Amino acid sequence: MHQLSTAVFGPGFFTSPQVHVAASIGAIVAVVSAVTGVFTVMRGQSFAGHALGDVSAAGGSGALLLGLTPLPGFVGAGIAGAGVMDMIGVQRLRGRDLATGIVLGAAIGLSALFLYLGATSGSATGATQQILFGSIFTIPPGTVAAVAILGALALACIGAVARPLLLATLSPDIAAARGAPVRLVGLLFMLALAVSVALSALAIGAILSTALLIGPAAAALRVTTTVPRALVTACLTGVAATWLGILLSYDSYYWGAGHQALPVSFFIVAIIFVTYLATGLPGARAARRRAPATTAAAAADQDGIAA
Amino acid sequence: MTDHSRTAPTPEILRVDQVSVSLSGRRVLDEVSFTLGAGEFTGLIGPNGAGKTTLLRVILGLQRPTGGRVEFLGRPRSARHQPIGYVPQKVLLDPDIPMRARDLVALGLDGNRFGIRLPSRDRGEAVREMLHAVDADRFADARVGNLSGGEQQRVLIAHALISRPRLLLLDEPLANLDLRSGQEVVSLLARIAREQQIAVLLSAHEMNPLLPVMDHIVYLAGGRAASGPTDQIVTTEVLTRLYGHPVDVLHVHGRVLVVAGAAPADEAAAVAHGAATAGPAGKG
Repeated sequence: MHQLSTAVFGPGFFTSPQVHVAASIGAIVAVVSAVTGVFTVMRGQSFAGHALGDVSAAGGSGALLLGLTPLPGFVGAGIAGAGVMDMIGVQRLRGRDLATGIVLGAAIGLSALFLYLGATSGSATGATQQILFGSIFTIPPGTVAAVAILGALALACIGAVARPLLLATLSPDIAAARGAPVRLVGLLFMLALAVSVALSALAIGAILSTALLIGPAAAALRVTTTVPRALVTACLTGVAATWLGILLSYDSYYWGAGHQALPVSFFIVAIIFVTYLATGLPGARAARRRAPATTAAAAADQDGIAA
Repeated sequence: MTDHSRTAPTPEILRVDQVSVSLSGRRVLDEVSFTLGAGEFTGLIGPNGAGKTTLLRVILGLQRPTGGRVEFLGRPRSARHQPIGYVPQKVLLDPDIPMRARDLVALGLDGNRFGIRLPSRDRGEAVREMLHAVDADRFADARVGNLSGGEQQRVLIAHALISRPRLLLLDEPLANLDLRSGQEVVSLLARIAREQQIAVLLSAHEMNPLLPVMDHIVYLAGGRAASGPTDQIVTTEVLTRLYGHPVDVLHVHGRVLVVAGAAPADEAAAVAHGAATAGPAGKG
């Protein structure tokens, strides 16, 4: 029994302080990303989510260059980026991709500059790896509280606007006619999205943050019938993928003779990808195909009339 | 169509008074006036581009008129949310959004409010009643995105009605429906208008599906409107004045056809001249 346990959980897995920090931050980030992600996917703003990851990268690398920790850079740049994207038209369906793409391009350019300057000055070794692909095992324990507070703020923001956001997602016209402040709701959501992506950038890297944002959400939306169920399913999927990724990365140190641990981010993203593919299998999709008989019957009726 | 409205004391729900709208220099609505009474089913009829959607947006408060005023329940329409139900044109319900018919109807109760809510028995009951009222019980648990066009219209109508509005606006609800679904939706709306004593204003470019139930008509052409009982408005004289060029109103097997007039050129000029001097007609 003990042997089996050490085969699954590498030696020292449960006592390692790095693992504790990684598991805590991973869980918070996975939940915030999953909740934000469900709305992001429903609203068709995945591209905006990805762009905010790149904007975060610029902020994070800039913060490192200034000798700060990356988190304030991730969050600050993400919020500023969300504001700019909203200003230049991310809420209009037409022109939305354009606004996103322009901000994204500028952000990657800044990242390239900051990371280059950091590398040549020699002050931040491994900064590129840390910013773009994450550093969940090297996060200082003091960061957990900040991550928890920021995550709670993002979730509170989404909770506050959830209903008008859903209504505006279905039909902006109906929402506006009901007196919902569609523009404000969209902006608040973008800000929550920026914070969520920034936290995700800290955990699995700015470039990979999109995977944690939309992967669990897209998988959950495929197999559930209501928004609350999709939210719960996405959270469970995200946390499971993150924890499993942390475990596999930890274990990978003992896999080869070279004793080199493989990156956590790779495992998390790979698990999410496989999960998403699995939800496309016929059995999984059948879950949401309830009551197709009524539609078929109605179609048959109409055929009868036409004949 | 009987002309009972001007004598019977139906409570006035909506008064549109000399409303004009100019959008980027173009006159979209030109001094449009009409009233809607409780329990009345009114068709907002006109060709594409006549200003139907703009007029509905003015009534909803989504478009500010450049002139005139809108009174709702005897008071100037305020900027605040008013109890007006709305079914917009071409709502594309995404099949990838996990929302059942009953969830969409429930959003009609409080979808504009902030904060999250917990499910309650009263709400569930209200949603069930509403789904039943629009004959949508059998697909209450189906994903809205997977429903047929007619089924989606019923769900959207239930969504608009569950907050108990006094006025229901529908923008081209029959546009994407087959004939039978369209007739079902129209008779459903006529019944709801009568039973719940709300005013229903439905826009359409084709009036024939509405003829059996329509109490009044607001006919829009080129931004100008004529309104009143259908048989007094849909006449060669009134519509020729409204269009500003000769049209013929033909009655064929109980259907009404409005066609461009086949009058000789000088006669057409005479009619057009008459339109210019006759002044506004048929305003309610």
